[in-house]
Amino acid sequence: MGWAIALHGGAGDIPVDLPPEKREPREAGLRHCLDVGILAFKNGRSHLAVVELVVRELENHPQFNAGRGSVLTTEGTVEMEASIMDGQTKKCGAVSGLKTVVNAVSLARLVMERTSHIYLAFEGAEAFAREQGVETADPSYFITLENIERLNQAKEANRVQIDYSQPISREVQVETHTASGDSQLGTVGCVAVDSDGNMALATSTGGLVNKMVGRIGDTPIIGAGTYANSYCAVSATGKGETIARGTMAGVVAVLMEFKGLPLKEAAAYVVEKAERGTVGLIAVSATGEIAMPFNTTGMFRACATEAAHSEIAIH
Amino acid sequence: MTGWAIAVHGGAGVDPNLPLHRQEEAKKLLTRCLYIGISALNTNLPAIDVVELVVRELETDPLFNSGRGSALTEKGTVEMEASIMEGTKRKYGAVSGVTTVKNPVSLARLVMEKSPHSYLAFSGAEDFAREQGVELADSDYFITQDNFDYRIPTPGLDSSCAAEVDNPMVMNGLPISLYAPETVGCVVVDKEGRCAAATSTGGLMNKRSGRIGDSPIIGAGTYACNLCGVSCTGEGEAILRATLAREVAAVMEYKGLRLQEAVDFVIKERLDEGKAGLIAVSSNGEVACGFNANGMFRGCATEDGFIEVGIWE
Repeated sequence: MGWAIALHGGAGDIPVDLPPEKREPREAGLRHCLDVGILAFKNGRSHLAVVELVVRELENHPQFNAGRGSVLTTEGTVEMEASIMDGQTKKCGAVSGLKTVVNAVSLARLVMERTSHIYLAFEGAEAFAREQGVETADPSYFITLENIERLNQAKEANRVQIDYSQPISREVQVETHTASGDSQLGTVGCVAVDSDGNMALATSTGGLVNKMVGRIGDTPIIGAGTYANSYCAVSATGKGETIARGTMAGVVAVLMEFKGLPLKEAAAYVVEKAERGTVGLIAVSATGEIAMPFNTTGMFRACATEAAHSEIAIH
Repeated sequence: MTGWAIAVHGGAGVDPNLPLHRQEEAKKLLTRCLYIGISALNTNLPAIDVVELVVRELETDPLFNSGRGSALTEKGTVEMEASIMEGTKRKYGAVSGVTTVKNPVSLARLVMEKSPHSYLAFSGAEDFAREQGVELADSDYFITQDNFDYRIPTPGLDSSCAAEVDNPMVMNGLPISLYAPETVGCVVVDKEGRCAAATSTGGLMNKRSGRIGDSPIIGAGTYACNLCGVSCTGEGEAILRATLAREVAAVMEYKGLRLQEAVDFVIKERLDEGKAGLIAVSSNGEVACGFNANGMFRGCATEDGFIEVGIWE
């Protein structure tokens, strides 16, 4: 059995006619991050190192909703969160509310490895980041013009909603087509299994456009957006509150363990059960299978196996 | 329609040398809270309202580690967290890093019902609290005599105490004589078979500021669905890794175990070296608890008149 790796750059109502200037940089980004993961495995890096490296790349890419390029809170600020989990040991780490840390996923790994805790957030997490000497940047580094525009559109959509007194929740408004024609329900994530069947995953995000300051989504919630054990490693993306209420990542593992479902079936089942148009996930199993189901229009994704099969897709 | 059932807890991992008068105080509080829940259930208040009511009582009383009487962070401050979940639609609300809110569980409920999100933390949660007009207090209110001189090991004192303690029992890395059992919680199934759960805590004693435990994490410290309602307590990191509360439901749903069997299975098989406990109710009126820690402050009651409060095995 060889290694296998899958990564995603977010699920959402990505228009089928996504214009080239939006499609191409993201496809190139997916390809680049996949190559980073493939090279890492080829160089003998561990399953945990691979997922961290790939997610760092996705965070650094400004067109995915994590790290640089994170969507903005209602105050126009960035609050990033991430998690990482090792299926072999079930050790995990999570962070929320980061404003200056260039690679949230790496801070999550440090929480896992250098503290007796699992989850640090907001000022406490920023203080830990300084103690650990991780790379930080001015908050403006993370903010892109695209996201300022998205925030303005979301606020405008809210205003319109209030004017017409439509009983649509704020979140649904945020997810409809914006004038620029793409959706930002994203998150980024990577799952990997090495040739011995050891699995790991990492997930990172800026969260929801126009979110309230202090809002935590599914990404740092072990069992919700993130989970790994001896059966599978799962990273979910989409509407955070839906993923968390369904404890989606955990249910994939539960179905495999208690119902004996193979990975693809377990993953498909979980996604189908969720409200249409809200979620997607990537997962690997201990035997090297990959699953990437989604019930949205699209999900930026890529995968590769040691046997040299590789795939990059959006819809 | 089934009979209602209710359980409460005040934390798992109890000092075996806990003075008798403190044990009595704890049992009295648990009993009082049970009766508050029982009266509410007898007036047909829905499960979600009952769990909130009971946990508010536990937060307001300074005895256990939540609300008033919360364990203090390494800075000597209070950072409270709580979550609440209702089983019919699996809606939930959670808060972390709350410092001035008298009843974090009620703020968690407001997040669930009055915000577009499910989980708010730190300054965002505090701002929301002010917008919602919930009752606030400053640190004097939360920091009691007890949690000043009992729950924070003063520098140098913990090593000397450890030397005196002749049992090597440890919880979360602290000798059990110094450890403050974390968390309070309540689970309820009402006559309509609706389950709900709520958990609240000051968190780990002497914790690093910003540390979040299992209590506000859906699936870990708190979970409710159409089958059951669960609230956990103990070593937070072990509960998080095991997604303990959710596991009870998973094992009922996918292994077909009944409530007590599911609770026993999860405590025995899912905690590895971790020490924890939980209380649970099922949609058909059962109540159960389980723990592998040394003792858990708990109480449970069912509509047919059964009522029990305990600390030890």
